[in-house]
Formats: sequence, structure tokens, C-alpha cells
Amino acid sequence: MSEAIEHPPATWEYAPAPESKDVVRIEDRYGLFIGGEFAEPKSGRYFPTIDPSTEEPLAEVAEAGAEDVALAVEAARSASPAWQALAGSERAKYLYRIARQIQERAREFAVLESMNGGKPIKESRDVDLPLAAAHFFYYAGWADKLDYAFPGRSPRPIGVAGQIIPWNFPMVMAAWKLAPALATGNTVVLKPAETTPLTALLLAQVIQEADLPPGVVNIVTGAGATGAALVDADVDKIAFTGSTDVGKAIRRATAGSGKRLTLELGGKAANIVFEDAPLDQAVEGVVNGIFFNQGHVCCAGSRLLVQEPVFDALLAKLKDRLQTLRVGDPLDKNTDIGAINSRAQLDKITELVGSGVAEGAEIYQPECALPERGFWFRPTLFTGVSQSHRIAREEIFGPVLSILTFRTPEEAVEKANNTPYGLSAGIWSEKGSRILWTADRLRAGVVWANTFNRFDPTSPFGGYKESGFGREGGLHGLEPYLELDGGSR
Amino acid sequence: MSQAAEIERSAPATPVASPAEASRLVARAPTVDAVGLESRAASLATRSIKHDSKRRALELAIRCMDLTTLEGTDTTGKIVAICAKAVRPDPLDPSIPSVAAVCLYPQLVPVAVEQLGGTGVAVASVAGGFPSGLGALDARLREISDVATAGADEIDIVLNRSLLLGGRYGEAFEELVAARQAAGSAHLKVILETGELGSYDRVRQASVLAMAAGADFIKTSTGKIGLNATLPTALCMMEAAREFHAQTGRRVGIKVAGGVRRSKQAIQYLVLLNETLGSSWMTPALFRIGASSLLNDVLMQLEKGTTGRYAGPDYFTID
Repeated sequence: MSEAIEHPPATWEYAPAPESKDVVRIEDRYGLFIGGEFAEPKSGRYFPTIDPSTEEPLAEVAEAGAEDVALAVEAARSASPAWQALAGSERAKYLYRIARQIQERAREFAVLESMNGGKPIKESRDVDLPLAAAHFFYYAGWADKLDYAFPGRSPRPIGVAGQIIPWNFPMVMAAWKLAPALATGNTVVLKPAETTPLTALLLAQVIQEADLPPGVVNIVTGAGATGAALVDADVDKIAFTGSTDVGKAIRRATAGSGKRLTLELGGKAANIVFEDAPLDQAVEGVVNGIFFNQGHVCCAGSRLLVQEPVFDALLAKLKDRLQTLRVGDPLDKNTDIGAINSRAQLDKITELVGSGVAEGAEIYQPECALPERGFWFRPTLFTGVSQSHRIAREEIFGPVLSILTFRTPEEAVEKANNTPYGLSAGIWSEKGSRILWTADRLRAGVVWANTFNRFDPTSPFGGYKESGFGREGGLHGLEPYLELDGGSR
Repeated sequence: MSQAAEIERSAPATPVASPAEASRLVARAPTVDAVGLESRAASLATRSIKHDSKRRALELAIRCMDLTTLEGTDTTGKIVAICAKAVRPDPLDPSIPSVAAVCLYPQLVPVAVEQLGGTGVAVASVAGGFPSGLGALDARLREISDVATAGADEIDIVLNRSLLLGGRYGEAFEELVAARQAAGSAHLKVILETGELGSYDRVRQASVLAMAAGADFIKTSTGKIGLNATLPTALCMMEAAREFHAQTGRRVGIKVAGGVRRSKQAIQYLVLLNETLGSSWMTPALFRIGASSLLNDVLMQLEKGTTGRYAGPDYFTID
């Protein structure tokens, strides 16, 4: 062979590969879904909902006032006796029908989810929508087996559930709330988050087309005031997923009211990498743990605890990996990190990252071009973080990872648990006994071993301490929606 | 005329360890979590490559291709035909580049050397007791040096899995070092036959062993067993090469072989390469795809990109 010199290969850029918006039809204005019909709000008020990647308005959505919420609860109340009387196997048919429709229209839901929420289409397509459908399928299966789930305890529905869900996983959260409530014979008033109401309203159409009896599911859109009105309304249970501050307010509001309550709140999860971990996969897990859905994940692995001998190696790999993350158009099929959900959230992330720099932690962000319009934040690493830094204590809810080190398994557990939260944790090690030893000691509702951010409808999910109480998913997820004889477990 | 861009080859690699050190390197090779590795590979496989980026990938796939025939029925006539195809894959479109090399059995090396002289397309020969990699060591080494003498530019040998799986890493290393010497100035590709290794941990160990012994390329498969190249296996080897580069500064090439028949698969491997090892590996000097039927599928896709239509299979030559 001759020794000719080949020029260094140029970077291979991926051409834009946007998912088509044609599958989605967005109406100019949406009413409230009450008693099986879309209705104008009595409040007379509407608010715009936008695409956070462009700041362009997508639609106007009704703002439910207290009167509207009361009407929705009334509709749920009147639908309750017939729904409770229906055989479980018949309730299951509706749930299966909804599940199948979500699958059939998954592309439409996924595109709308990404447009309204900013998350990458590959996540809404491959994670959110399959999970949402799976949740309905799973709880449909329980609807006629409740006596076997709680033998000898005469499970009975509670009545009317008020459900308030966040903006980070609109469809998944709607499914987590609706599916177990309906399977157990409850009727529902659901309030989607104010920044991401559109897929819930599309789901309302699916529910309508599934011929679910009017009033069994009602969907009221609005912001905090609407949620507060729902908490104060004549409901038998409140299920809330969102911030710890709001969760505390709801707990105060419902105290002494006899309303049942489950809360799924914030987190500051530790992702613990031991020195014997499979490092290349740990890097992927760490990246998935904190950059999945722009870090808008209550169970995000936002605190990385690395055993000191592998700190340098892991950090180098992590920095390399960050260079390959593709930030941009949520509808581009190759986008890894989409838009921050709202201006308010972007401001919060920016403020907390500023505090990290001010407190002396070392920041690392890869070079990557960000779009001019919309809400964006570069994937961010902080090293030199101490337990006493705000970025190690407070939930940032953005693509920001705080990295700390530890020396012994005891120290890892101590640091991991030293947080007001306790939603999730991750352990990376090749040694089974160490994984079990650590998992036993972590005060977190979910502990992942050699993986992170994996969800399944059969697996209960929920928190310790300020991350809330009550479990969603699995057999455990039925219990918050049932009256049971023989005391509570 | 040939459209082959001359492939820049660094001087053949040399071993970076003694047999005892190599044994320790293998025993301490990083572990691999199968679930995480497979999910990363699956995630990269969903990359959507369109328009210009697709055309570039397809052209690169051709430039990185080792057009292969490894059949007991291969004849001079077959090799002449495949060499012509290698130099000018599409007789009607001279803008289509030549492939990187023709890969064949040792006895037919002289035919390929004659056909490919001056074209820029390299002659690659399997050797060293392909495909089992067993048999008397001196016979295997002689086969390697014979094909080097006969003019093979690149030699694809097989790792002795018997020694690797038996835990005799030092001996496996010594065999590879001897093969490295026997190959002379030819570039050495070491086939790990990953389908027989049983775990990704072993794939990683085998990669470490071959790289330490001075392999210029590590290659997935012979194509002679049921389980050939897969995306996670290739990713595992790329991660090993990335680590080896970080530790030694030396870039070892990756060759995937066996079962890569469709353009889409080729593009998936290029995505893996791009996002694991980066653009410096996106060259025939450091990446190869060993394939026989892939070339026509790539040509078909390229033509579709130009004309907007798929031509029938008879519009592409079968050689």
C-alpha cells in the first residue's frame, strides 16, 4: 500500500429528522370536560398554552374556577353509584378500550406531548406513551380481581377522587392516576398541569369515544387556584403528584377533613457508583438518570455519589459523553435533550445553578448551540460539591448533576440518606451482596441496581419523608383507592 | 479507474505488554453490564439518518467495506469478478467509490493481488487456521507469513478461543504476538468470534488481549457460525478501543462482520462508531464492515437517494 495521506475525516452531522406534526389537530380553544361533554367554563376565563421550544401559542384552554370544579365533582358524584355497581369485568372493558386507543393513536399523543411539553419525541414515543398504555392495560386486569388482591377484606371504592398531576410526564401521570382509580370503581376529577393540558384533553376525547359513562372521568384545566379548589371540593380523596411545597399545602388543607390523601413529591436521588461498577454502563445510567426528560423527573438521579478511586475515570467518561448529547428541537427524532418546560422552570434552574457557582462548586457544560427562541438549558455537571451546597440539597428539576465522592459503603449510604427527600436511588456495582446491603439501608421508595429511571406498571412507586406517601403502580397502587375491612396495612 | 482513496495506514502496531502483564490486563478488564450495553445500543439504533447525512453514511459504508468471499467453492473466476466489483461497484456511476479491500482465502491471494494492483483496493486474507484458530501453531504462523509474502495488505486471523475461555491468557497473548510478527508489515485484524465467547465481559477481555498484543483491528466474527456481529457486541468492542486509546494513545480499528446485509444496519454501526469513538474513527483506516451482499443494498439506496425510486435487483451486478 502506498502511504498516501487521507485528510482527517469531517464530522458527520445528522440532517434534521423532524417528526411530522400532521398527525395532530389542535383546536383553537378547549373547554372543560365535565359529565362526558366539553363545556365552556363558568369562569369565562381562558389561558394560552404554548410550545416551550418556540414560545408560540398552541391553543387557549379553559380556566376552571371553583364553580366549575364543583360542577365537575357533582358530575363525578352522580356517576359514582352506577359505576360502583358495574361488574369489575365491565369496568375492565372500558379500561382496555382506552388502553387500545392510546396505542392506536400513540403517534398523535406523542407528537402533541412533545409540542406542548418540550420533551424529545424519542422519549414521548418510546417511553411515555408505551408506559401510559401499559398502565391502563395493567389496571384493567385488576378490575375484576380486587377480592383476590385483598382476600377477606371486602374492597370497596372510596367514591370521588380528585387528582392533580404535574407537567413533566402529562400522559404517564394521567394514566397513573386514572387507571387504578377507575379499576377500583371510583369516579374522578383530574386536573392536568397548566403548562401541559393538551394531551389530557386529547385523552378526554378518547374517553368520550370509548363511551365511558358520562361523569366517570372529568378533566378540569387551570393553574394552582383550580387545584386548590379541587382540594377544597367535596371529594373523598386527593391524589397529588408535584412539588413538596404544594404537597405540604394540600396536606394542611385536607387535615381533619376525612379526605384520603396520597402525595408523590420531589426528590434528590443519590446515584451511587462503587469502584467495581461497570463504568461505561454506569455513565449511560448516570446520563439517563439526570438528563432524561431534561431532568424534569421527580426521581432523577441528581446527586451522583462516586467512590473516590474511580472518580477521575468516571468524570472523564461523563464529560466525553456529554459532548455527544444533542440538544434542540423536541420533534427531531435525534434530539436527546429537549426544551425546558416553562420560563418559570428555566428561571428556577438558572437561579440554582448560579447558587452552585457562587458557593464554589466547579461547573462543566459542553459546547452546544442552543436555539434562539424557546427555553433551553445546557446539560450541566457540578464537581467539588459538598453536602452543604444548595445544589446538593434542593431539587433543581433540570439537567443539572451534582457530583460528590465517598470512601466507604457506609459513607455512601449516610450521604445518600442525608436529604429531606427519599423517592429513589441508584446503585452501581458488580457485587450482588453489596447491592443488597446498600439497598437495605437506603431510605428511598425505589432503588435501582445497575440501571436508572426504569418504570413498569407492576412495580410500586412512591416516596419516603418529604417525597410523599402512598404508592402508585402494582398491587400497592390499588390500595389508596379502596376501603378495606380489617384495618389499614 | 479506481475511485479508491488511498487508506492511510499507520505503522503496524506492536505489543504493549509482556505476557504476564497481558494476563493481568485481561483479568482486570472492566466489567460490562449486559442490560445497560444492550439498551444503549438499541437507543443508538433509533437514530434517524436522512438526506445528506444518509448519503455520506452510505458512501462511507462502501469506502469502509471489506468485500468478502470465504467459500470453499471460490475460484479464480469468482475472485476476478469480485475484484472488479470492488474497484468499480457501479459500472454506470463512476462517482461511487471503491471498497476498502477484498477479503478472501489465502490460496487466492495471488489472483487478487494481480487484479487489484494499482487500484488502491487492498487485498485482505484470512489466515491462521480460519475459522477455528486451532491447529498447530507453526502451521498457523506459516500461513500468516505466506499470505504476507504473497502480497496481502491485511490479514484477518482468529483468536484462539480455546486458550481464552480456558483462562490461559498469557499463552493466547503469545500466540497473537507471534502472529503479529509473522504478519510483518501487513495490517493485522484479530477476529474475536464474539458469538462463541458467551458474555460481553469476555468480549471486552478478548478485545483488551488483542489490542495489547498489537492488533491493528479487532473484528467481531468469522461469519462462519450462527451468531455474528451485533450492535451491542460492536459497542462493547468500541468501548474497549476507546479505553485503550485513552490509556495508550493508540487508535485500534473496529471491523464488524457477518450478517450485515442491509444499508440500515451499516448506518446503525456508523452511528455507534460516531457516538462512541467519534469522527476520528470514521475512516476506512479505522473502521471496516466485512460483507458480501451489503454492497448492492447500499448501491440501491444510493440510487434511490438520487432518483427517488428503487431499481430492481437486476440493475445491480451480482458477482
